Amino acid sequence: MSEPGMGVSSAARTRPKGLTFLSRYDDPAMSTVIDMSKAVVLLERFPALAGATATVGAGEIVLLRGPNGVGKTTFLRSCAGLLPVASGRLNVLGHDLVAARRAVRRHVALLGHTSQLYDDLTVVDNVQFWSRASGVRDGDLMGALDRMGVSKRLHSVPVERLSAGQKRRVAIAIVIASRPRLWLLDEPHAGLDQSGRGLLDSLLVDAAEAGATVVFASHELDRAEAVATRSLSFSGGLIVSDDE
Amino acid sequence: MSELLREAGLIARKDLLIEWRSRVAVNQIAPLGMLVLVVFAFALDANQSLLDRASAGLFWVAVLFAGIITVQRAFTLESEHGIRDALRLSGIRPAAMFLGKLAAISIQLFVLEVVLLFGVVAMYDATVEEPLLAVVTAGTGTLAFSAVGCIYGAVSLGLRARETLLPLLLIPVVAPVLLAGTRALERALGVSTQAGWNWVGLLVVVSAIYTAIGLAVFGPLLEDG
Repeated sequence: MSEPGMGVSSAARTRPKGLTFLSRYDDPAMSTVIDMSKAVVLLERFPALAGATATVGAGEIVLLRGPNGVGKTTFLRSCAGLLPVASGRLNVLGHDLVAARRAVRRHVALLGHTSQLYDDLTVVDNVQFWSRASGVRDGDLMGALDRMGVSKRLHSVPVERLSAGQKRRVAIAIVIASRPRLWLLDEPHAGLDQSGRGLLDSLLVDAAEAGATVVFASHELDRAEAVATRSLSFSGGLIVSDDE
Repeated sequence: MSELLREAGLIARKDLLIEWRSRVAVNQIAPLGMLVLVVFAFALDANQSLLDRASAGLFWVAVLFAGIITVQRAFTLESEHGIRDALRLSGIRPAAMFLGKLAAISIQLFVLEVVLLFGVVAMYDATVEEPLLAVVTAGTGTLAFSAVGCIYGAVSLGLRARETLLPLLLIPVVAPVLLAGTRALERALGVSTQAGWNWVGLLVVVSAIYTAIGLAVFGPLLEDG
């Protein structure tokens, strides 16, 4: 495994002035962010997670590896509190998700394969709505868009007119603006061009350095391994290896 | 409570902003409602007395068609692009989402009803003899329809065939709203001597009941839909 940040240019890692991470929920005392033990998560009747066990600490960047259909997305959605845990244990940021799934959600960002943007609203409308919905009132919205390379001329453009890559950048900017403690990203590089991928990689490193925890699934292993501090390999709904 | 209202306002503002930007209600839904009135005007024109008696009912039929599309669109927006998951993660209380949706749909439908009422007056040669009763009937009827619509809109969120299922689910449940609204509006238009305000009372009760149900069940529907 490569060192964190390898392949990330120093220019890309420069944090724009005023852009902050974690000012809402910074809790240095929290050392274990995800504590999963023998967790079973059912999709309909199919055990997408079939007794998975993993622990993720604060500030880690964890890569989820494995072919399609082995439980990576289910792991991410479970940790976000979107899927019920049928048996086993799952604690995220100190919240017992077996008992109650809603409490953790405001502290977590989950970026899946979809944009999570309203097509009819402009870029700024979307970022403002989602950051306010997350309870962020003083978020550096423009800084977040700037960080992801979304130029000012796009701010007032309806999202439906953006390319897939531009939508992805806006969606990631929303994650930045909402300042979550746990970043759960499913194929975050998908749709991004080379510069966007570089920006994303540096962003993940910066977020982790600021104390956030990043867990992401990716099939672009060369790039992902350069950023990750650790990787978990999935097979058949189980975590079969844990590599530092 | 203030936080709940803030969140509800956020949802309502977002929905109205989407409508403002997309102009779907103005360019498609309102014309559909007017078209319904026009079609019935042509169909019943030979019988002016029948048109007089049917005008209140036709008004609510037009509202029904336009309302179903409004509700459908309001919830389709939340089912696209993984937005439902994002809303669940946002931390906005389900009760606030329900109230916000209710407010946005009600405002759009109420404006539409004002337009349709002018259409009824112009095309059916109707006279609004009790304007206050007409406005309150439209307001309470809208609220009742929207409350039911929000519940069934959430029910249909996760359904693949929601475009066809929503009307099937919604129309039987809003039938009492249409009945009460029609009776009250008939009195407001001077084609009936029934006690219009009693029907308005029924609309208020239906609004209250379905708003209470919506506040209670919207969360589970959002999770399970």
